[in-house]
Amino acid sequence: MGYKLRFSQYNERSILVEWPANIDENMLHDVLNFKSIIELKSFKQIVDIISTYASLLMIYNSTIDNFNDEFSTLKVLYKSQDSKKLLKSKTFRIPVCYEDEFAMDLDNYSEAKNLSKAAIIKLHSETVYTVFFIGFLPGFLYLGGLNPILHFDRKETPNLNVKKGSVAIGGKQTGIYPQDSPGGWHIIGNSPLELFNPKQNPPCFIKAGDKVKFYPIAKSEYLRIQDDIKSSNFNIETL
Amino acid sequence: MMKVLKAGFYSTIQDQGRLGHRSYGVPVSGVMDAYSSEFANKLLGNKIEAAVLEMTMTGAELQCLKPTTIAISGAHMNPKLNGKVIEMFRSISVKPDDILSFGKLSNGFRTYVAVKGGFLSETVLGSRSMAKGITEAVRIQREDVLEFNLTGLLNPKHAKLKFNTSYLDDDVLAVTKGPEFDALTKAQQALLINQGFQVSKFNNRMAYQLLPLFNNNLKPILTAPVLPGTVQLTPSGQLIVLMRDCQTTGGYPRVLQLTEKSISCLSQKNTGNHLKISLKD
Repeated sequence: MGYKLRFSQYNERSILVEWPANIDENMLHDVLNFKSIIELKSFKQIVDIISTYASLLMIYNSTIDNFNDEFSTLKVLYKSQDSKKLLKSKTFRIPVCYEDEFAMDLDNYSEAKNLSKAAIIKLHSETVYTVFFIGFLPGFLYLGGLNPILHFDRKETPNLNVKKGSVAIGGKQTGIYPQDSPGGWHIIGNSPLELFNPKQNPPCFIKAGDKVKFYPIAKSEYLRIQDDIKSSNFNIETL
Repeated sequence: MMKVLKAGFYSTIQDQGRLGHRSYGVPVSGVMDAYSSEFANKLLGNKIEAAVLEMTMTGAELQCLKPTTIAISGAHMNPKLNGKVIEMFRSISVKPDDILSFGKLSNGFRTYVAVKGGFLSETVLGSRSMAKGITEAVRIQREDVLEFNLTGLLNPKHAKLKFNTSYLDDDVLAVTKGPEFDALTKAQQALLINQGFQVSKFNNRMAYQLLPLFNNNLKPILTAPVLPGTVQLTPSGQLIVLMRDCQTTGGYPRVLQLTEKSISCLSQKNTGNHLKISLKD
C-alpha cells in the first residue's frame, strides 16, 4: 500500500492504529477492511472500535498486560488480509427539502458565493458522497466529496440551535444534523429521515464506507415522508 | 421505588456505560467516578454493572416507597435519613416513608447512591446511563419515581471494605503521553507536565476545561478518535479534558491521556481546584 501503520498504546485498555493523516478513499477502505477483519475474528476482549479517516481505536474490556504482544497479533492479522474486499457498501438516496422554510442560510450563501439557489441545489445533490465515519454527534456522517465550488467557511458565530435534519455546508464539508444541536454550518435544507434512532440496534442504518446521494423534494413530499416514517411505512431507497 | 422530592443540582442514573456503539458516534457515558460507584455497589453485593444515582454538587431528596438497602459513597454531602445524620461507605436499611436527604458538600464533587440490585431506568443500547440525545430522561426530576430491583442480592456483601477518602482530596492526575504529545517542543512538554492547573468553571460530564491557557502553535489534526480522559489542546491554548459523555472523535491535538483512575479523581474536582500532573512512562 506504500505506507506504514503506527501501532501505539492510547490508554490502559486501548490501542490506536494510525495510517498517514490523509483523506483518501482507498485508505478508508484499508482502515475499514482492517476493522471488519477484527470484528470478524470477534476478539472477545475488544468491546468497541472507533474508526476515522486514518485511525482505528480499539477498546478492550480490561487492562492490556502486554501491548507488544497485542501489537504483534494485530500486525499479523493486518498482513494476512487478502486482497479481496470484505467491505460491502450501499448507496442510500436521502431526500432533502431545499425550500426556503428549511433553508435559512441559502439566500445568504447564494449571494456570498454568487451562485443561484438552483445551481447550489443541483451541485449539492448530484454528487455521490462517501461516508468516512460517524462522529461529533450520534449519527453525524462525515461525508467526503463536496464539490469545491460549494466550499464555504463556517459562520463566525455558531447558531445555538440548529434543527434536527438540517442539511448544511461548512468549510469543505456537508452534513446532516441528526439531532437539535449548536452548529456553525450554513443550513441549505432539511431531510425528513431519522438518521439516528437509539431505540434500534444498530442505531444508524448508514455506516462508515457507505455512500449517500441527496435528492431534492418539495415540502408536500417532505411531510408525506415524515408521516410515512411515523407510521413505519417508509423504506429508504438504495441505488 | 424512591420518589424524587428534590433533584439536586445535576443528578443522573449511570452504570458502566454504553459499549459497542461508538462507531455510530454514541458517547460511552457511565459513572464519572468509577472508583466511588463501584465501592457503593460492592458494599451491597451488587454487580459492578448495577446502575447508581450520581449527584453533582448538591444532593437530591428522596422518599423511599419500598424497603431496601442503600449505600452512599464518593463526595461527602452530609447525608441524613429522616433528618438524622447517617454514615457513608456502609450499607443502610431503609423502609417506606423514610426520607433520604443531603446537606452541604464538604469534600469531593459527586456522590453516589447505590441501591440493592441497582436502579432500573430505561435501557437504551445496552445501558441505563442517562445521556442527551440517547435516553428520554437526561437527568432525574422532582416527582420522578426511581424504580429499583427488588430481587435479592447477587453476590455476598463486602461489609469490611474500606473506602480511601484521601482519594477525594488527591490533586495529582496520572497521565500518559497523548498521540500528539511529541508535536510540542521539549520546553512546552516540560511546562505542560510541571506547571500545574486549575479547574475552570466550564466543567461537566462532557469535559473539564483547565486554567491557565497553555501557549502553543499546534495546528488542528485530521479528525481522529478520542476517549474519556483525552486532553485536547486548542490553538487558543485551552486544555480540555474529555470526560464520560464526550464525543467519540475530535480535531484538536491530543496531548495527554488520563489514566482510568485519574478520570475518577478529576470527576471529584470542582471549579477553582488545583491540579498537578504526573507523567507515567
